[in-house]
Amino acid sequence: MKMISRNGIAAAALSAAGALTAAGPLTAQEAIKIGVLEDQSGDFAAATNVKVHAIELAAEEINAAGGIDGRPVELVVYDTQSDNRRYQEFMRRVLQQDQVDVVFAGFSSASREAYRPIVNQFDGLAFYNNQYEGGVCDANMIVTGAVPEQQFSTLIPWMMETYGDNVYTIAADYNFGQISAEWVRQIVDENGGTMVGEEFIPLGVSQFSQTIQNIQESEADFVVTLLVGAAQASYYEQAASANVDLPMASSVNVGQGYEHKRFTPPSLSQMHVTTNYIEEIDTPESQAFVEKFRAMFPDEPYINQEAANSYIAMNLYKQLVERAGTTEHDALREVIAEGDVCFDGPSGNVCLDPQSQHMSHTIFLAKVEEDHSISFPEVWENIEPYWLGDAGCDLTQNDPSAQYTPSNPPPAD
Amino acid sequence: MELIATAFAMAYQFGDAFAFLVISCAGLAIIFGMMGIINLAHGEFIMCGAYVTASTARMGFPLPVAILCGALVAGIVGMIVERTVVRHLYHRPLDSIIATWGISLIATQGVLIVLGSTMQGIGTPLGSIEVGERSYSAYRLVLMGAAVALLSGLYLLFYHTRFGVIARATIQRPQMAQALGVDTRRIYGLTFGLGAALAGLAGGLYAPTMTMVPTMGATFIVESFVTVVVGGADIFVGAAPAAAILAVIRAALTAWYGQLFGQIGLLLAVIIVIRVMPGGLSAWIKRTRQ
Repeated sequence: MKMISRNGIAAAALSAAGALTAAGPLTAQEAIKIGVLEDQSGDFAAATNVKVHAIELAAEEINAAGGIDGRPVELVVYDTQSDNRRYQEFMRRVLQQDQVDVVFAGFSSASREAYRPIVNQFDGLAFYNNQYEGGVCDANMIVTGAVPEQQFSTLIPWMMETYGDNVYTIAADYNFGQISAEWVRQIVDENGGTMVGEEFIPLGVSQFSQTIQNIQESEADFVVTLLVGAAQASYYEQAASANVDLPMASSVNVGQGYEHKRFTPPSLSQMHVTTNYIEEIDTPESQAFVEKFRAMFPDEPYINQEAANSYIAMNLYKQLVERAGTTEHDALREVIAEGDVCFDGPSGNVCLDPQSQHMSHTIFLAKVEEDHSISFPEVWENIEPYWLGDAGCDLTQNDPSAQYTPSNPPPAD
Repeated sequence: MELIATAFAMAYQFGDAFAFLVISCAGLAIIFGMMGIINLAHGEFIMCGAYVTASTARMGFPLPVAILCGALVAGIVGMIVERTVVRHLYHRPLDSIIATWGISLIATQGVLIVLGSTMQGIGTPLGSIEVGERSYSAYRLVLMGAAVALLSGLYLLFYHTRFGVIARATIQRPQMAQALGVDTRRIYGLTFGLGAALAGLAGGLYAPTMTMVPTMGATFIVESFVTVVVGGADIFVGAAPAAAILAVIRAALTAWYGQLFGQIGLLLAVIIVIRVMPGGLSAWIKRTRQ
């Protein structure tokens, strides 16, 4: 019974006090102000604190190397408290009062859809650095997170080939879970499989006995878990103790909430996740990233894919501004339209797609073993975010500022 | 055999929902149901119990000892909160809402700052049992047993001990109790502490099955308020049957239509009960008895 959003004013004051931490040594020229709206408390904090740190790391590196186009980077950080209304409030504040040049914002898809109209209203520019259910065709948004054609088109066929055709989905009951489940349904269908069950769980639910029983009674070969938030993560422990013993597939676990580190083995064993980055990835770029991250934040519990995406986004923005010679959005989008905005970062080389303003990714299939170590049975190089472009979204031509799904594609014209 | 397995499955689901409702509402039933204090920091007592349980278990103590530690620490914290804050607000219920809400904010944010956004879990003990084709978590059967033991323990405490008589007298007629030489302030403190300890016990019992985060108490709050409101002021006459009825509603709706309808059913039940019997089940049962 959260009567009012609980951690209102006090936390806002706290985070405002910490807002100006990353101003670098360069103050001669006017700073480039970057708004950072991420959940540093509340249900999602475990997965999102690290995003703020990644942005701080990037800001420090950029400032140490002379800033963006000679201008220092200044971060304006607010704690959005896992609360959609805080996103709206702080989005207005950074765009109107703080007059930031760009905003890095959002974890849950509900929060993104809560703030997106405000970004449109004030014609701001926002980076959404999270994997999500895909389909946002909006010129004011740049998305660096992975989308279903990158995470599910790879994961689901692999799982079906390896474990069998009968799929059971449990998903968080809001736009992310509903639309992701629709993607899973479609891909299972295209590959000749059967959905033996589908259940949507309200956010905040922590008791799963009945769901577990439903799964056991079905003929499922594997379970797709699209659970979100700390409360729903209790599923794994409860499923393991009821000995469900089915392989699991997900686009959100491990890569976001590092459940394999938080839970006692073997509750997460046989979990398969497609992610574009996690700290266990064993490439030189990844190791270098982990090393400098831990040098700045020694106590960081886990460096997840959103941390890498946030770090990449900062560097992409630097490149955009330096190539355009201004922070004007139209000029930045002309640079994106050239189609060669790429960055060689912790997860390998990634490029922005001009049509959808989403990013290509190398997708790693991370498998959690019995002892909760991670193996990578498969890697898909350079998967493009093709669905929006194929479906007819072309931000270089027009800007519908809408979100599309497989059952609700862009109107054909 | 299939029939037995199905019956067991249904009984298990009912028992599981019942245990969750009873264990999560016991502390609130005393603090809110009996004493009439609206304590918005109740979830944080639960979180305190869970965190202490997890830390002691990780230090190597056996789980039952760790759970008792969790309850004990939550109880002590509760008595401190009672003495420093709640005691001064017994006659100002609205102010006590604000004050306990403040405590709740400080506790969640404090734990977040000091201990971080998450704590490693301790894993569910005892493994699983097989009945028919399905397998069940054995620990959840322990939780069902714990719920029954908790109810009987509280009944014995309040109806068959001297402390119970004095506590009930103090809460019902404080002036009279005082006139008879009872130190009512001490009794209020102890009773509040007992409520907090039971909240801590709930946290401790469920700690092995849940994600450990500073906001974890919030997931208990809706269920526990609903049970106490449906049950009414007397926890033994009201809360136990309330938990049983709500568990049937919840388990059945969740089985047929999924988790969302389980929650809707729970909340609809409370709306109907408040409308039809404002005093909750216990007032209704007492009235029909007379």
